[in-house]
Order: sequence, then C-alpha cells, then structure tokens
Amino acid sequence: MIHWLRFSVLALVFFFSWNTLYSQANFSIRFEHAVGTEALILDSLQYKNVLGQNFTVSKFKYYVSNFRLKRNDGKEEFSKEVFLINEEDSGSKHFLLKDIPAGKYASVQFTLGVDSILNCSGVQSGALDPVNGMFWTWNTGYIFLKLEGKSPESTANGNIFEYHIGGYKTPANCIRQVILTLKERDSEISEISIKADVAEIFKNTVALDLAKLNSVTDFHNAEMVADNYSKMFSILEESKAK
Amino acid sequence: MKRAKQNEDSKKSDCPCIACVVYCSLWVHPGESVFQYIKKDVELKIPIGFPQPLYDLKKNKITPAGFILGRKLFYDPILSKDYFTSCASCHQRFAAFAHIDHALSHGMLGQFGKRNVPALQNLIWKDAYMADGGINHLDLQPLAPLTSPIEMGESVAGVLEKLRNDSLYPGMFNKAFGSDEINSERLLKSLSQFLALMISSNSPYDKYLEGKMEFSSQELNGLKLFRSKCETCHKEPLFTDNSYRNIGLKPDTSLKDSGRAAITGVNEDKMKFKVPSLRNVEVSYPYMHDGRFRNLKEVMNHYADGKFFTPDFDKSIEKAVGLSEDDKSDLIAFLKTLTDKTFLMDRRFADPAMK
Ligand code: HEC
Ligand code: HEC
Repeated sequence: MIHWLRFSVLALVFFFSWNTLYSQANFSIRFEHAVGTEALILDSLQYKNVLGQNFTVSKFKYYVSNFRLKRNDGKEEFSKEVFLINEEDSGSKHFLLKDIPAGKYASVQFTLGVDSILNCSGVQSGALDPVNGMFWTWNTGYIFLKLEGKSPESTANGNIFEYHIGGYKTPANCIRQVILTLKERDSEISEISIKADVAEIFKNTVALDLAKLNSVTDFHNAEMVADNYSKMFSILEESKAK
Repeated sequence: MKRAKQNEDSKKSDCPCIACVVYCSLWVHPGESVFQYIKKDVELKIPIGFPQPLYDLKKNKITPAGFILGRKLFYDPILSKDYFTSCASCHQRFAAFAHIDHALSHGMLGQFGKRNVPALQNLIWKDAYMADGGINHLDLQPLAPLTSPIEMGESVAGVLEKLRNDSLYPGMFNKAFGSDEINSERLLKSLSQFLALMISSNSPYDKYLEGKMEFSSQELNGLKLFRSKCETCHKEPLFTDNSYRNIGLKPDTSLKDSGRAAITGVNEDKMKFKVPSLRNVEVSYPYMHDGRFRNLKEVMNHYADGKFFTPDFDKSIEKAVGLSEDDKSDLIAFLKTLTDKTFLMDRRFADPAMK
C-alpha cells in the first residue's frame, strides 16, 4: 500500500515536471557571422573595410546575455543567461533560452556584454569562467568582444590588429543593448537567426582606420568601437513553431 | 540493526577526507588534539576592533581541506609556465609575504615586474587589490600573476590541465569540494581560503591597545605623532583607509606608472596609489609601489623634507613636513610595534613541503 502511494506520488511529480518542461518549449537563437555580404571564414578570406583596407579575421568572440522577447500584447519574456559566442566553436552559435517559450513576438532585445553586477562578483563558472580568455586580469572585468586579425595596413608587429572591448564602468562603459524588431508578429515563432556583420564594426558611426587604430585593449577608444559593434546585428530569419 | 549498519557506512565514506586532513596537519602541528585543532585552525575570528570583512565568506566557506589545497597551490611552482616560479617565490612568509630587498618583483626567466611586492595580510578587509586598485575581488587576484607573461606566464587552461594530470591534486580537490573536478572557480576559491586567513592582529601595538603590554616612552611618542600626522590615510586598526592618494613622489620616467589613473582614466588620479597597510612594515622593505625607498628612514625623510613632486599631491601629507630627527626615530619605533611575530611564525602558512 505504502509502496503504491509512493509510486503514484513519484509518477505525479514526474508527470508535472515533464509537462512543464515540455510546454516551455525553449526558444532557439542562432547567430550567423558575416562580413558584408560574404560569410565570415577565419584566416583564409580577405575582406575590405569601408575605407578599402584589406583585412582577414582570426578571432571573433562576444558575450550576449539578458534576452528579452516582447510579446505582441506588450508582455515580456526574460532570460538572464549569459552566452559566449565564438566563431571558432560552431556549437556556441546556436543555443536555447530555457526560460522563454515559443510565441508571437514583436521584438527581441539582448545585452551585448556582461552586466556590471557579474563584473563584480568574483570568480564564476560556465560562460563566465576566466578560462575562456574573455577576462581582464589587471583591471577586473569581462572583455565583451574580441575581434582580431591581420591587415597589411596595420603597422603592428605581424600586421595584426586587435580589438578587445569591455568595461562596465567609467572611463569606458561598453555594455550595449541591442533591440531588433521582428516581422512575423502574428505567427508563433520558436527560433530566430541573427546576423552579426563584422563589416559594421569598421563602418558606423566612426570608420575605423586600420593604419591608425590597430589595437584597442583598454578604455582608450573602447566606447567608440562599442557604439559601432552595437549596430552589427540584424534579423535573418524567424522560424515558425512546429 | 540495519539502521546502525547504515550509519556506520556513511561514517566510513567521510573517513578518507578526515584522514587526509588529520595527516596533513599532523606534521604541521604534531602533538595537538587533532580534530579540535583542525576545526579551530581554519575558523575565522574577527580581531577585536576590526570591522566586518568585505570579502563574503558565505560564498566561499573556509574548510581545512580547502585551506590545505590553497596552501599547496600557493607554494607550488607547477602554477608557472617554467615550473620554477610559485606565488611564494615573490611572496615570502618571513617578510609578511612581501619580497624582501627587491624593489621590483622578479618573475619568470629573471624578468622584472613593474611594481614592488606588497605584504599579504588582512586581505579580506580590502575593497580592491594592487597599488592601483585594478582588481575588485580577492578570488580574481591570482589570475594576474598566473597569466602575466613576466610573472608566471601560464594560461588558466594550462594551469588547470597540469593540475588535472597531477597525481595528488584531483584527490585534494575532491576533499575540498566534493568531487575531483578541477576548474577555475575551485582553483581560485581554494587560494582565497588560504589568503583569507592571513590575518595580522597580534602585534605589540594590538597588545598595547588591549592593555596587555606597555609601550616605551619613545613608542608612545611615536604613536602620538602617528595619530596626529599619519592617521588620515593610514587609519587604525588596519592602517589604511583603502583610499588612493598622491604623496608627491617623483614620477619615475622609465616605469611610467600613472597609478590609479590607469584604471579610472581620470587625470586627477595620476600618481595616486592605494594607501598600504603599515602592519609588518618593518619586515616588508623596500617601500612604496616601486620599492624606491630602502628603509623606513628614507620614507620618514620623504614626508619630513616636504619636497613633493607633482603639484596636486594630497595636502594632508603637509602635516608631517618638518619632523625632527627625534620625531622620525620615534615614529619608526612605533612602526616597529606593528611587527606581528605570531603572524610571521604562524606555521599554518608555512611551505607544506618543508617539515
Ligand atoms: C613575479 C612575482 C609575483 C608572483 C609570482 C605572484 N605575485 Fe602576487 N603580487 C606581486 C606584486 C608585484 C603585487 C603588487 C602588484 C601591484 O600592486 O600592481 C602582487 C599583489 C598580490 C596581491 C594583492 C595584495 C594587495 O594588497 O593588493 C595578492 C593577494 C597576491 N599578489 C597573491 C598572489 C598569489 C596567490 C600568487 C600565486 C598565484 C601570486 N601573488 C604570485 C608579485 C607576485
Ligand atoms: C595623504 C595620505 C597619507 C598620509 C598623510 C601618510 N601616508 Fe604614508 N603612504 C600613503 C600612500 C598612498 C602610500 C603608498 C605610496 C606608494 O605606494 O607609492 C604610503 C606609504 C607609506 C609607507 C610605505 C609602506 C610600504 O609598504 O611601502 C610608510 C612606511 C608610510 N607611508 C608611513 C607614513 C607615516 C609614518 C606617515 C605620517 C608621518 C604617513 N605615512 C602619512 C599615504 C599617506
């Protein structure tokens, strides 16, 4: 008898947790990397920036966090998870937001970078583990975005350029909010693909000159680059829920 | 009957852990009642008169196994790329974990660092680390020397890999954290457990305050001078107010160290450095962020002579201008009462490889 009771309680618990998991069908986010109209391919492909300067890309990594999906009726779904997107690791470019279900959404918003509180909380694990190389050791804080490569225009050793952008407080606060509006407002969607265009980092609002600016690794010029990269995202595709 | 057996089993599973701790501490402190000793050994006692620590120990509870792991890491050159430099190569116990007689730190392959090695003590009362306050959390401090090419030259991934492949570490991580997974968080938290207990609060000065010791008339006069001329910045009982100040040192044109300004980007912060504690100052020479002064007399002369460089020095140092030779000797006599033999000889912090 007692056994029976135990079993049914277990079964119930199992049923409900499975049920909630299932009904919260996760929302899926996919990032695709490009330079203008071409796909981003590390090291091998030459691209041109807006000033006509040739460059290749050897590293492209950034943090995204705090996804907010706004429903048509104004209600918001929120996930405070932090993800590290890394061109070298294709698995990192596609992930699920555990707390966000499929639905009819009007816009998606996320933080490009890491909240100041997470910059002041000591050592952390997962995406925020300092082992990921996105952390400044001499001036505590996460590097929000790393873009590295080569350009014949760069006067640095080995013609490299290096943009390591971060900082959560003065003199450089590089945390940026990105808001993208969605087109498929009236159908249930469960996945979006977002394009991140490296060409935009060099373009807008300030055209970055690789002959003059081959290294940004502390607060100098960081906000300028952050303003540029905050505009590099656009929606590629919105996929309907199955 | 069955139940009793179960209890025994669960006790057994704890055994290896306790055994290790017992073993490790046995040769550190032979003869003491071991279990008692371990428990109180890593217990944090906030010294009388000290404020609440700023480091949140609830997020990193100090345990005997965690402390012992942190100590082993602190003394282990495996943490550096050349297997030659440990934390203790720069931070020497007898110097209150500063580096005696080296103005600038020495790292891997004989390279020089940019700054003088400071004493390590009362770290959980600091709001930021390094002379410029660039590091905002004790857990994160070790990452700086570990990954600096001129200090230990390793990467975090490299260190973790070496520890995972070691014969002893996985077992020690298991005892400290409940599984033998080795990751950055555990590495840094165990180091913090070791560093957190480096508390100096038992100097003759402390005993004087408690009424357990008398001061000589020279020391008394030194204390009086100190309280009228130095206290603004070197605030008792920690002997720092955790602020950044410009004390008019001549800027070093080769090191080009702009101090706090490198972190804040603010022009007024040029040549401001974090006010260091003066506890154990007698044994942690040389002095200042770049080790420019070899002894306390030179420091007193700096304050007394009043030849301050950079016009925007902190005006509160002017109180010390014109100290007489006797005043200087009295101040030095007082500073020497801050030498805490209990801390310097505390065997808990000794190299575990030295028996
Ligand atoms: C090459 C020498 C060297 C090595 C090796 C080294 N340190 Fe240091 N340490 C320094 C110097 C120099 C400073 C002060 C730096 C500054 O002020 O900019 C310092 C500062 C610190 C501080 C901050 C003290 C304060 O009050 O701000 C702590 C804590 C510390 N080190 C712990 C460690 C640990 C743990 C290790 C091993 C992982 C280590 N150090 C390895 C030279 C070294
Ligand atoms: C305006 C604030 C201020 C006042 C007042 C002040 N100091 Fe300092 N003191 C500092 C700062 C800041 C440093 C560290 C400078 C550096 O690292 O370059 C320092 C460093 C020292 C050092 C060297 C410590 C070390 O480990 O390197 C000693 C010793 C010292 N002070 C003693 C005194 C005495 C004695 C007085 C009073 C006569 C005094 N100070 C007054 C701010 C002050």
